[in-house]
Amino acid sequence: MSAIHDEVRHLQAPALDVETVRADFPILAQTVRGKPLAYLDNAATTQKPLAVIEAERRYYLEYNSNIHRGVHLLSQKATDAYEAAREKVRRFLNARHAEEIVFVRGTTEAINLVAQSWGRSQLKPGDEIVLSLLEHHSNIVPWQLLGQQTGTVLKVAPINDAGELMFEEFLRLLGPRTRLVAVAHVSNALGTVNPARAIVEAAHERGVPVLLDGAQAAAHGPVDVQALDCDFYALSGHKLYAPTGIGVLYGKRELLEAMPPWQGGGDMIRTVSFDKTEYNVLPHKFEAGTPNIAGTIGLGAALDYVAGIGLEAIAAHEAELLRHATEEARRIPGMRLVGTARDKAAILSFVLEGIHPHDVGTILDSEGVAIRAGHHCAMPVMTRFGIPGTARASFAVYNTHAEVDALMAAIRKAQKFFGR
Amino acid sequence: MSDTGDLRELYQEVIFDHNRHPRNFGRLADANRVAEGHNPLCGDNVTVYLKLEGGRVADVKFEGQGCAISTASASLMSEAVKGRPVEEVEKLFRSFHAMIVDDNVAPEDLGKLEVLSGVKEFPVRVKCATLPWHTLHNALLGKHEAATTE
Ligand SMILES: Cc1ncc(COP(=O)(O)O)c(C=O)c1O
Repeated sequence: MSAIHDEVRHLQAPALDVETVRADFPILAQTVRGKPLAYLDNAATTQKPLAVIEAERRYYLEYNSNIHRGVHLLSQKATDAYEAAREKVRRFLNARHAEEIVFVRGTTEAINLVAQSWGRSQLKPGDEIVLSLLEHHSNIVPWQLLGQQTGTVLKVAPINDAGELMFEEFLRLLGPRTRLVAVAHVSNALGTVNPARAIVEAAHERGVPVLLDGAQAAAHGPVDVQALDCDFYALSGHKLYAPTGIGVLYGKRELLEAMPPWQGGGDMIRTVSFDKTEYNVLPHKFEAGTPNIAGTIGLGAALDYVAGIGLEAIAAHEAELLRHATEEARRIPGMRLVGTARDKAAILSFVLEGIHPHDVGTILDSEGVAIRAGHHCAMPVMTRFGIPGTARASFAVYNTHAEVDALMAAIRKAQKFFGR
Repeated sequence: MSDTGDLRELYQEVIFDHNRHPRNFGRLADANRVAEGHNPLCGDNVTVYLKLEGGRVADVKFEGQGCAISTASASLMSEAVKGRPVEEVEKLFRSFHAMIVDDNVAPEDLGKLEVLSGVKEFPVRVKCATLPWHTLHNALLGKHEAATTE
């Protein structure tokens, strides 16, 4: 089982019946270029189960309406469903309060919200933000923008050759000017699981809050924000079997309460006059304008779906796929894994000697195997390893051993094709 | 449909050859025009060096990191443009571009460059083939910002 965080008890997970799961994802039962589709690009986005598609459809067919404003029945139904989804997210993350759950477009928007609201109101020139080298661009660029606006400075903790955070070096970066630590819970480029609990503990000892980018973590194992004790947690629904355009910012209530709104508009206010506007309470203060209602309801359905299978079972299934894939990969001469952390999510980043990742992607596609090739929005990681990019296979609940085998067969074919 | 057939259309022997042994690869010490190109999708980079003399491309070299398609395209391009007048080079660029993106033009005689016509069937790879040409175009215009495929 991949230890998404230290508190996960190694429960005996009930075995997951992958064929039953696959029946919930009709999109998987197709051929691509004449071959059965092996969808192994789950770190980019996951497929959506029927339950999620149905939930959105029902909203539009039966009770489409704006929320928090109508006295009529449909509006009430829509509002109830929207707020029920918030409660589902609270339970999913084990947050203390539902108002600590802010709906946003995705991880990117969640991080930008923290940078622009918390960062801009709290930070001064010379204040430092500590990141790791593993970050996705969406946990780098918002802090650079903030730096241009406020004069804050970035400090970057290095990684070792396995792609693991160098913890001692990280500790050394925590200094008197450190105001925030913002790191990935799980790296999208390499699959590395960061020691989130230890990071939070070290930062809190110095009075520094921590933002965890949970985009890659949330779908692959239980996340408990109280056990982690992180101050902010960001995630994207679309990587969690939910629709695109919906994500979550979790923030501790005291922090969110002290933060100014970052967008103004309807829903985020209590009273408005031209002299003075009073802001609404949490979480509405951060949800200006009509939100993605259907997407939010879809996210709620996705969380129900995931809970029905069980995150422990999903983690165990994916860990087994990763084990199989890693073992098979080691048997292929000329195939090198990039990112071999001891604690790793089900992401297999690799390079093939003499074949550019982009060419690998095209040849695998012709075999029905969908992977991602490139820098995975983590260019500093690629620079660290001295490569332009990698090919990346990433697994989800519905992937099978047979699909791992199809991946390996396609890789061998690419090598043969390129005369390697 | 034979998929390997399609792949063979894309990856012709000539392309493998130019990928393994790119022609005119490296820096051009006495270049008087230089441009860089970048494909943000895959992180590929190419730098094109030109020595223009009396309205002709007297010499050309390129360097960078790229996939087989972009490396072979840059290599074939360098062979095709060397020694040619600038207007002819620009015309070649337009014809090449038309060959791989436009369904409705009858391809002109592009000589060896025609081995890249298979790229048309792989829309996501079109930018790999055109990046060196966009970069060359910028070098001819004396543009300094990096060419991108976006
Ligand atoms: C680690 C990580 N952070 C952030 C993001 C950005 O997520 P989104 O594009 O859904 O906002 C991603 C998605 O690729 C990711 O993998």
